[in-house]
Amino acid sequence: MGFDVLLKGNNLLRLLQGLEVALKISLLSVVISLAGGVLLGVVVSLKNNVVNGVYRVYLEIVRIMPQLVLLFIVYFGTTKAMGINLSAEAASVIVFSFWGIAEMADLVRGALAGIPVIQYEASYALGLNRIQAYRFVIVPQILRRMVPLSINLITRMIKTTSLVMMIGIVEVLKVGQQIIEANRKTSPNGAFGVFAVVFLLYFLACWPISMLSKYLEKKWEN
Amino acid sequence: MDPEVLNAYFPLYIQAFWLTVKIGWLGIALSLVIGAIAAFTLHFRIPLFAKITAVYVELFRNTPLLVQLFFIYFALPKIGVSLSAESCGVLGLGLLGGSYMAEAFRSGLDSIPASQTQSALALGMKRSQMFRYVIFPEALTISVPAVVANMIFLLKETSVFSAISLMDLMFTAKDLIGLYYNTTEALFMLVIFYVVMLLPVSVLGSLAEKKVRYRSFGV
Repeated sequence: MGFDVLLKGNNLLRLLQGLEVALKISLLSVVISLAGGVLLGVVVSLKNNVVNGVYRVYLEIVRIMPQLVLLFIVYFGTTKAMGINLSAEAASVIVFSFWGIAEMADLVRGALAGIPVIQYEASYALGLNRIQAYRFVIVPQILRRMVPLSINLITRMIKTTSLVMMIGIVEVLKVGQQIIEANRKTSPNGAFGVFAVVFLLYFLACWPISMLSKYLEKKWEN
Repeated sequence: MDPEVLNAYFPLYIQAFWLTVKIGWLGIALSLVIGAIAAFTLHFRIPLFAKITAVYVELFRNTPLLVQLFFIYFALPKIGVSLSAESCGVLGLGLLGGSYMAEAFRSGLDSIPASQTQSALALGMKRSQMFRYVIFPEALTISVPAVVANMIFLLKETSVFSAISLMDLMFTAKDLIGLYYNTTEALFMLVIFYVVMLLPVSVLGSLAEKKVRYRSFGV
């Protein structure tokens, strides 16, 4: 079945190192997206007309442009148009953050808009001041709605990083191809083993995270 | 930007556009069928099949389409299953989308309170009538936003087909950049064609969501 090729030399280790490259890019993008998204979400909730107009256009761009197209634009387009030399890694972090911030901001905006006015009024009626109302009433409710969805964003980020091989980053799929090519003569069926393992690796990276998200969502349903 | 270059590229992009649209919508059609069957199996907890379906849904929701396509296109031939690149694209998109659509349909089915089925039966409806007039309309209404979001997601995912050497929009753009180095023009056309492909779906989807919202009274 071609699984033997993985046990030759350090092939399995190389595959895992490829996964590490992908995970690093997604982790960095996730951190930027969470921070930037929360900030943007709060700013948008202040309902400034100009800001919200720009935000809607930004959201629509992210909504209909495939991430791969954005990757091409940043990696091939801006570098040529502006004459700057951007590494493929930097280009992918920029694109995934651009995408992630929009998604995250929309989650934050939705969560904030979903808190009924009565919650604020009741807090003030109980004698809480503004800070206390946010600290004890509003923020805990927002977190309960947002945390499961943000965790889900992490798995989507990890899945999307598989695209970086298309702009030449050597990550797990590319390493897989290299292993298959290098062992074409000795294990002609290597493609099956290697790609089955890559499939499984991605699953093992994402599945626990989406299970956690599902668990938290159920736990905090009310 | 050079208008002559744009003119010269236009026919190539049109060809790629139709291929992308064709595979995209065939994949979506397949995903709707797979999703409906999977949701039905999961909702009614059909023994054994529900377990298999659950494994399928988790497997395909938690892996990227690119990896799935590589598996279908490069790995399956080694065990004797050879498909053309186009069928691989449709199958990959259908399987990925099926797992997403399954969740969308199932959340619709799950959200119907037992009182609805009980009332339908109490009114003397047959089971088939109950599904036809009560369950499906209500469940579909609730599923629409998620289904539309999935459709847009799947159409965007078509961009990775170039990896299995389908001559889609991305492939054309990358090819032209490599051949003639007119990066700006090639990317401009790429963006325009994706906007043409996705903006109508996005707008019509929002309209459909508003339209069905009237019918979901009390939710």
